[in-house]
Amino acid sequence: MDWTLIFSRAVESGIGTEAVIYALAAIGLNVHFGYTGLLNFGQAAFLAVGAYAIAVTVSTFGLPFFLGVGIGLLLAVVLALLLGIPTLRLRADYLAIVTIAAAEIVRLVVRSVALEETFGGTDGIQAFSDSFYGLNPYPAGQYNLGSIIGFDERTMWVLTVGWVLVAASCFVIYLLMKSPWGRVLKAIREDEDAVRSLGKNVFSYKMQSLVLGGVIGSLAGFIFALSRSAVQPDLFSTELTFYAYTVLILGGAARILGPVVGSAIFWALLVLISTGLEEAVNSGVITFITVNQVGPIRFMLVGLGLILLLIFRPQGIFGDKREIALDAR
Amino acid sequence: MHADEAVANRKDGAQAVFAGLATEPGVAKPDPILVVDNVVRRFGGLTAVDVAHVEIQRGSITALIGPNGAGKTTFFNQLTGFDNADSGEWTFNGRRMNGVSAHKVARLGMVRTFQLTKALSKLTVLENMRLGAQNQLGESFLRALIPSLWRKQEDEITERAEELLQRFKLDAKRGDFAGSLSGGQRKLLEMARALMVKPELVMLDEPMAGVNPALTQSLLGHVKDLRQQGMTVLFVEHDMDMVRDISDWVIVMAQGKVIAEGPPDTIMSDDRVIDAYLGAHHDAPLSAEEEERQLAEAEAALVAEAGLASGAGPNETVTTRKEPVDE
Repeated sequence: MDWTLIFSRAVESGIGTEAVIYALAAIGLNVHFGYTGLLNFGQAAFLAVGAYAIAVTVSTFGLPFFLGVGIGLLLAVVLALLLGIPTLRLRADYLAIVTIAAAEIVRLVVRSVALEETFGGTDGIQAFSDSFYGLNPYPAGQYNLGSIIGFDERTMWVLTVGWVLVAASCFVIYLLMKSPWGRVLKAIREDEDAVRSLGKNVFSYKMQSLVLGGVIGSLAGFIFALSRSAVQPDLFSTELTFYAYTVLILGGAARILGPVVGSAIFWALLVLISTGLEEAVNSGVITFITVNQVGPIRFMLVGLGLILLLIFRPQGIFGDKREIALDAR
Repeated sequence: MHADEAVANRKDGAQAVFAGLATEPGVAKPDPILVVDNVVRRFGGLTAVDVAHVEIQRGSITALIGPNGAGKTTFFNQLTGFDNADSGEWTFNGRRMNGVSAHKVARLGMVRTFQLTKALSKLTVLENMRLGAQNQLGESFLRALIPSLWRKQEDEITERAEELLQRFKLDAKRGDFAGSLSGGQRKLLEMARALMVKPELVMLDEPMAGVNPALTQSLLGHVKDLRQQGMTVLFVEHDMDMVRDISDWVIVMAQGKVIAEGPPDTIMSDDRVIDAYLGAHHDAPLSAEEEERQLAEAEAALVAEAGLASGAGPNETVTTRKEPVDE
């Protein structure tokens, strides 16, 4: 068994594009769910809006790349408003239902045959990332970080931009959650009637939270689209949202770095298990499964790991055990 | 002893206002802070609240009592914007308040607490308090990003919060999660937090529910203290000892309506109130004529039964009695 390969792959995934995308998506969810208590099950829609905004602007309409970024951010705000206006005055579960439906609507619209000219149907859109990679300061070549991991120049550029976005988002969330604004959000999570009775406009704060988390989600969509230089509608299914929740809970909800560390660990673990199993099968250590079965089995093992995590450390990696104890009262 | 005199004065002052007022529902007060007219709230076929007219005197402690299901909390919800009344209007300091949303009601100086205490569990006691302060610069999204804009105000708020916590003897708990407090301490925290809003009218929904007797005295003291500071208090309560002890005026609701008002010493002997709590005339002593009439009725019934039985013969009576048993 090639242990170097197994660990280098795992570490690469832990800091790779997937980790960045899910970290950003989960940071957005953290604002919604972790801090404000909004059950947004449609985070995939915000990613789709970001990804498709760039792809459609550049590829379909031939407009500049940064205009696409601007449109993506704007559309994320619009989507948040559309979701929020009818649902944020109602009980929390209504938002959950509406967001899960909205995410499916967005996905089905972009994959529809009628709009194939614009969104590219099930094949999606390619060839829109040239101006992004045109800005790449890394000359062509392989970049080794440490002794065992390395990325090519395109991935390096995506990762640089991605981690800068993650760091910037975390910093903004840090500032916000330290402020009286963040205090109102956390109070809404606990009991919105109490917050109302203290003279705060709960609807407005929930809306601001939904917009902020949605915009951060659209950043994840940008990285998603650019890292693959392609968008496909079925990448934005509800699965994506649930992985983002997994990442969030793994790291610890309502913690600044929870989603970031959660994402790194989630992807490192997933790849560690799959590469490890593949290697074990290939080298004959494990004989009762085939390489093809490794894919599903790794998810079973990750699921098992998460169950154990929730039993023995329900607050996540960064969570505060005292807070969980309060719920039991 | 100056403080005690001042307390006595305030109390006397508040009670002097009520001297000689009629005890009819909706009686006019000399200086009402809150005037309610024709507030109706229906839930389907049930009319939960139907208050024709009620006034709350400024600077007094008014108790709102009534049997379970009288609509006291629903009435509170209407007044504070937590529920929409079907009709009616009410003014606070002369300002029309119907249709005003809950957070604006609070900003205008009418702050309520809840029957089931709403401590924000995962916020610390101090954070709970700070949340109550109004017009916070740092509560706007963009300004929140620049701490130097709101740091100074936050310090002032913290100072005020610390003072209140000290007054309510919660200062030792300032760093604890509110969720770790006992039921009584939560009630104290909720009241202290409401004071952070700097209200004119404090509306307490069952402030004593679930509070142990040791803490009751301190809570009572705090409520009296509110009047002392010039605030008006309206509270819902079941504990009649408390009502008698601290209130200047009592309003009684039953089945959604205000049925009586009056000073706390005499209100509980008011017939309308007794009827509402215990059912009409349940224990009214019988007059001589009434007794005779009832006796005559009973005898007439007995005679009628005896007449029926003798006409039909004893055997049949037995069978008619037996039949239902057989079935």
